[in-house]
Amino acid sequence: MHIVVCIKQVPDSAQIRIHPVTNTIMRQGVPTIINPFDLFALEEALALRDRFGGTVTVITMGPPMADAALRKALSFGADRAILLTDRLFAGSDTLATSYVLSSAIARIGQETPVDMVFTGKQTIDGDTAQVGPGIAVRLGLNQLTYVERIVELDPSLRRIVVHRRAEGGVQVLETRLPCLITMLEGTNHIRFAGMDDMFRAARAEIATWGAAEAGVDEPGRCGLRGSPTVVKKVFAPTPRTEKATPIETSGKSPQEIADAAIDVIFAAKPSLRSEMAGRRQAG
Amino acid sequence: MPERFDAIVVGAGPAGNAAALTLAEAGVSVLLLERGEYPGSKNVQGAIMYADQLQALIPDFRDDAPLERHIVEQRIWMLDDSAHVGTHYRSDGFNEELPNRYTIIRAQFDKWFAKKVQAAGALLICETTVTELLKDGDRVVGVRTDRAGGDIHADVVILADGVNALVAQRSGLRDELKPDNVALAVKEMHFLPEEVIQQRFNIGENEGVVIEAAGTITDGMLGTGFIYTNRESLSVGIGCLVSDFAASKTRPYDLLERFKQHPSIRPLLAGSEVKEYAAHLIPEGGYRAVPKVFGDGWLMAGDAGQFVNSLHREGSNMAMTTGRIAAETVIDLKREGKPMNGRNLSLYRKRLEDSYVMKDLRKYRDLPQVLHRNKQFVTTYPKLLAGAADTWFRVDGVDKRSKERQIVRSFLKGRSLRGLVGDALRLARAVR
Amino acid sequence: MPDAKRPTPARPGAAGRSKELPEHLKAYKGVWVFVELERGQVHPVSWELIGEGRKLADTLGVEVGAVVLGPPAGRVGAVAAEAAHYGADVAYVIESPVLADYRTVPFTEALTDLVNTFKPEILLLGATTLGRDLAGSVATTLATGLTADCTALAIDLETRSMASTRPTFGGSLLCTIHTLNFRPQMATVRPRVMEMPAPDPARQIRVVAHHLDMAEDDIVTKVLDFIPDSDQDKARLAFADVVVAGGLGLGGPENFALVKDLASVLGAEYGGSRPLVQKGWITADRQIGQTGKTIRPKLYIAAGISGAVQHRVGTEGADVIVAINTDAKAPIFEFATYAIVGDALTILPALTEAFARRLGAQRAVAAE
Ligand SMILES: Cc1cc2nc3c(=O)[nH]c(=O)nc-3n(C[C@H](O)[C@H](O)[C@H](O)COP(=O)(O)OP(=O)(O)OC[C@H]3O[C@@H](n4cnc5c(N)ncnc54)[C@H](O)[C@@H]3O)c2cc1C
Ligand SMILES: Cc1cc2nc3c(=O)[nH]c(=O)nc-3n(C[C@H](O)[C@H](O)[C@H](O)COP(=O)(O)OP(=O)(O)OC[C@H]3O[C@@H](n4cnc5c(N)ncnc54)[C@H](O)[C@@H]3O)c2cc1C
Ligand SMILES: Nc1ncnc2c1ncn2[C@@H]1O[C@H](COP(=O)(O)O)[C@@H](O)[C@H]1O
Repeated sequence: MHIVVCIKQVPDSAQIRIHPVTNTIMRQGVPTIINPFDLFALEEALALRDRFGGTVTVITMGPPMADAALRKALSFGADRAILLTDRLFAGSDTLATSYVLSSAIARIGQETPVDMVFTGKQTIDGDTAQVGPGIAVRLGLNQLTYVERIVELDPSLRRIVVHRRAEGGVQVLETRLPCLITMLEGTNHIRFAGMDDMFRAARAEIATWGAAEAGVDEPGRCGLRGSPTVVKKVFAPTPRTEKATPIETSGKSPQEIADAAIDVIFAAKPSLRSEMAGRRQAG
Repeated sequence: MPERFDAIVVGAGPAGNAAALTLAEAGVSVLLLERGEYPGSKNVQGAIMYADQLQALIPDFRDDAPLERHIVEQRIWMLDDSAHVGTHYRSDGFNEELPNRYTIIRAQFDKWFAKKVQAAGALLICETTVTELLKDGDRVVGVRTDRAGGDIHADVVILADGVNALVAQRSGLRDELKPDNVALAVKEMHFLPEEVIQQRFNIGENEGVVIEAAGTITDGMLGTGFIYTNRESLSVGIGCLVSDFAASKTRPYDLLERFKQHPSIRPLLAGSEVKEYAAHLIPEGGYRAVPKVFGDGWLMAGDAGQFVNSLHREGSNMAMTTGRIAAETVIDLKREGKPMNGRNLSLYRKRLEDSYVMKDLRKYRDLPQVLHRNKQFVTTYPKLLAGAADTWFRVDGVDKRSKERQIVRSFLKGRSLRGLVGDALRLARAVR
Repeated sequence: MPDAKRPTPARPGAAGRSKELPEHLKAYKGVWVFVELERGQVHPVSWELIGEGRKLADTLGVEVGAVVLGPPAGRVGAVAAEAAHYGADVAYVIESPVLADYRTVPFTEALTDLVNTFKPEILLLGATTLGRDLAGSVATTLATGLTADCTALAIDLETRSMASTRPTFGGSLLCTIHTLNFRPQMATVRPRVMEMPAPDPARQIRVVAHHLDMAEDDIVTKVLDFIPDSDQDKARLAFADVVVAGGLGLGGPENFALVKDLASVLGAEYGGSRPLVQKGWITADRQIGQTGKTIRPKLYIAAGISGAVQHRVGTEGADVIVAINTDAKAPIFEFATYAIVGDALTILPALTEAFARRLGAQRAVAAE
C-alpha cells in the first residue's frame, strides 16, 4: 500500500487577531499548526499502513516554513515527506492548489504507484472542502468524501467499502482503488508518537520540490495566474452596535431572574408565547 | 538500542537554550528536550531581555531576533488607592547603537533562540516531557520521557526546566518549592495599535517603556505590578508571594483586575483588546533559596536553581548565564577527559560564585526576609508618599512651611520615628 | 484557499485578469441552482438558494434555472414544478437510473454536461455534504472558480460578476471573492444562511429535459446501503425555532440534563459548543457553530458558552439570543441580545420552572 496524505499548515485560528485600525490579519506571532482536520486523515492512513504494510508519504504545498508541519507528520509516523514550494505557487486558489498537488502526486506515483490519497475534510483557513474533490477529478481517482469509517479494505482485490456521512444518514459506498478519501473529523485520534519516531523526524531531511520537480508543466495553471477566483476585499464583520441588554441579577433569586428574562423575551418576540405553548401541547 | 548523547538539556527556555547552544558550538553532542509544542509555547508572553548576556552567546542577535522595543524609559511608581508618586528615568542615551534592554515576547523569542541552537548542531525535540532521571546508583545517566521507548542516555544532564524543577524534585535532587520563596505572577496581553502605544507612552517607533508599580494595589501582600510596551501590545501583570496569596485568600486574577482599574493605570490600557491570560511562578527566595545545583551526572541552571534577582527583575539573563556556565563546565571537563561526577561538576558552583549571578544574589540575600517581615513597605508608605505629594502640590493658601510640617507629622503618625529610622536601616542593610 | 491571496485589485492585462469578459464567455446567461434531491426529499437549502438566485437574476435581467437530477419515475417532475413556486423560471432535468442515489461521478457528469450545453453564468449549490462534494468536482472539471460557504451574494454590475462574501480565517474575517474570467461562477451557500422564500403555488415552470449518456456499468462506485440516523429529530436542530445550548461552563456532563429539561419544556431543540462534542457529552450532530450546525432560531438560549467566533458564526442569525454566563466579560455578551450574568446551574432550572408555569398558564388561557 502506498498512501499519500495531503496536509496543510495553517495559522492557529484561535489565536488570530484583527488589527483594530487596518482590519488586516495580524499574523505576527500567530503560531501555525497542522490543519486539525488533516490529522484525522493522517491517522487513518497510518493505521492502514500499520495493518497492511506499505508507506505513507505526506505532502504539503506552502512556504518553506511549512516544513515544520511535515516534520510533525513524520514524528507521528509518516515514512516520507515532501514540501512543494515555489514562488509560482503563491496565491493559488483551490483550483490551482489541486492542480499542483495532483501533479506532485502523479510524479510520486511514477516511482511507486499510489493506492490511496487522503485529505482532510476541509482546512480551517481556506475552509472550502474543495481541494480533495479537485485532486480526485484531476487524477481520475474514485472520490469518497466525508468518510466516517473504512469498513472494509482488501488491497489485493483493490476493493474498499466506507461509511460516508450524508444528510440524515450514512451512505455505504463501495469502490475500487486507487481512491481519494476526505476524512471526517472525530473519526479517530492522532497517535502519541514513540521516542524513535521523534528522533527520526528531528533528524529527517525534508525533500523540497519546486514546480519542475513537482511535475507542474504549465506554470500558468498555478499560483495567482492559475486561480479563477480573485479576492477583492477582506474585512472584519461589523460588530453589533448595541451590547447585550443586561438582566439584573444582583440580589435577585434565580426565580426572579428567570421571570425577568421571560418577560423581556416575550416582549421582544410576542409570537413565541403562543407558539411555544402550542408546541408544548402538541409534544 | 537507546539513544545516547554527551549531554541532555531539559527545557528550552533561556537557560536550556543557552546551555545547549554553548555545548553544540563546542562540538558536544547534545539533545535539547522541551515539553511545549515549541520552545516558548508554555511561557508567559512579555518580558524584558537584557542584551548583555544574550550578546555573550549570540553576538549578532540584533540581526534577526524577534525584539519588540528597546527600553528608553523606566518608571517606578508607588500607588495608593487613587494616586501614584513616581520616578521616571528616561534618556536618549538608551537609543544607543546597541541598546541594553528590549521587550520581547517569549513565545517568539524562545522559538528563535532554539532555531539558533539547532543551527549550531544540537538536536531539539519538542512535545516531549522528561518525567524522571535515569540513575545508576546515585549517578544520573540519562532521562526518561513520557513517550514509548523514551529512555535516553547521556554523560551529563543539565536541568533547565524552570521554576517548578519537577524533574529534580521527583528524582529527589531538590526539595519542594516553599510558598514564601516564590511569587505567582498573572499577566495579560493587551493589544493596541502601534501608533496608540507610541502616543500614549510618549515614545518613538522602536522605543519602549517599563512601568513597575508597588503599593496598596497588592492589598498588603508583597509584590509588584508592571506594564511593558511591546510593539503592538502591552504586557500587564502583577505578582505576589504565593504564601501571601494563600494567607489573604485573594484571587490573583482579582488583584490584576484591580490593578488595571487603578486610575493611574486604566487610561494606559483603554480600548485595548485583551488576548492572553497566563499565570507563572517566579523564584524569589534569593541567595538562601538556591538549592544544590550539581551532583553526579547533573547540573541545574536558570529558574530551576532559583537564580533570579527579584528586586531588579532579572531572571532571563541569570538563566542564560547559568546555562552557559553549566555548559562551559561540561565542555572543560570533557576536554580534560574528566568524568562528570559531583566532585568535578562542583566547579560549576565555584564559577557561579565568581560571576555576577551569585554576587548579586548574595548582596540582596536578606531582602526577602526583611520585606516579608515588614509589610509597611507596601501598605503604609505608598499612602504616606501619595499623601505627602498631594499636600505638597495642592495650592490652597497653606504656606509651604506648614505643609512640610504637615507631611512630617503624617509620616510620624503613620509610622513612628523609630519605625521610620528602622525601616530605612533595614532596607539599607538588605540591599547593601 | 483564497485566503492566501492578498486582496489584489484586478490587474488589467495580466493573464486572466482583464475586466472585459472574453467573447466566448458572453454566451453564458442565467442563474442556476442545483436542487438537492435525495431519497425523494429536497434539501431546504435548495429553495433558499432559488430565492437568493431570483434576486441575482433580477439584477442581471436573466432567468433562474433549477437543475433537478434523479431516477426515472421518481419525484423529478414534481420537484421541478415545486422549484417554480420558489422562484425558478426553468428546470433542467435529467432522469436516469444512475442518478438514483448520490454518487460523485454520474452527478458530476450530468451537471457538467448541462452547464456545457446550456451555459449558465452562475451556478449555486448548498454547502451540504452532497453539495460540497459535487461542487468541488464540477468546478475542477469545468476549470472554473468556486467560492465555498458564502454568507452573502451580490452582483457587481460593472463586471457583471458575482461578488461572493464568505467567512475566512475561522470566521474572524470576511472576504469578497469574484470569478472574473471564467464561467460559470460557482458558489456554495450553507443551509439557513439565506432566507426561505414564501412559495407561490401559482408560478409555472418550463421544463428542459436532457439525456445523460451513462450506464451503471460505467460507474465504479456503488451504493450498498443507506443507514438513516437513528435519532429521528437529529437533523432538526438547524431548523428549530427555539434552541437551548450548553457549553463547558456547565461543568460536567451530568449538568447537561438542565439544558435538555429546558428544551423539552419549550418544545425546543438542544445543542452545544464543540468541546462538549469532543468530551462526548453530546453527539457531533448537536454541535452548533462554524464546524457544526448554523442555526437561525427565533430564540437561542446559550448557557455556559463563552461565545468564541467559531460558535458565534453559527448562531448570529438568531433573532433573540439570551446568554447565561458567570463572566460578565465573556465574548458571548458582545453578540447576545440579553445578558444574564449568573450561574447557569441555578438559572437554567429556574427558567425551566418559570417557563413551565407561564406556558402552562398560557395554555389554560388558550383553552378557555
Ligand atoms: C510574569 C513574569 C515576568 C518576568 N519578567 C522578566 C523580565 O522582564 N526579565 C527577566 O529577565 N526575567 C523575567 N522573568 C523571569 C524569567 O522569565 C525567568 O527567570 C526565565 O524564564 C528563566 O528561564 P529558564 O530557562 O530557567 O526557565 P523557563 O523559561 O521556565 O524554561 C523552562 C522550559 O523547560 C520546559 N520544561 C519544563 N519541564 C519540562 C520537562 N519535564 N521536560 C521537558 N521540558 C520541560 C518548559 O516548557 C520551558 O520551556 C519574569 C517571570 C515572570 C513569571
Ligand atoms: C477550527 C475550529 C472550529 C471550531 N468550531 C467550533 C464550532 O463549530 N462550535 C463551537 O462551539 N466551537 C467551535 N470551536 C471551538 C471554539 O473556539 C471554542 O473553543 C468553544 O466554542 C468554547 O466552548 P465553550 O464556550 O463551551 O467553552 P469555554 O470557552 O470554556 O467557555 C465556558 C464559559 O462558561 C462560563 N461559565 C463557567 N461556569 C459557569 C456557570 N456555572 N454558569 C454560567 N457560565 C459559566 C465561563 O465564564 C466561560 O465563558 C472551533 C475551534 C476551532 C479551532
Ligand atoms: N496547500 C495544501 N497543501 C496540501 N494539502 C492541502 C493544501 N490545501 C488543502 N489541502 C488539502 O485539502 C483539504 C481541503 O482543503 P480546503 O479545500 O482548503 O478546505 C485539506 O484538509 C488538505 O488535506
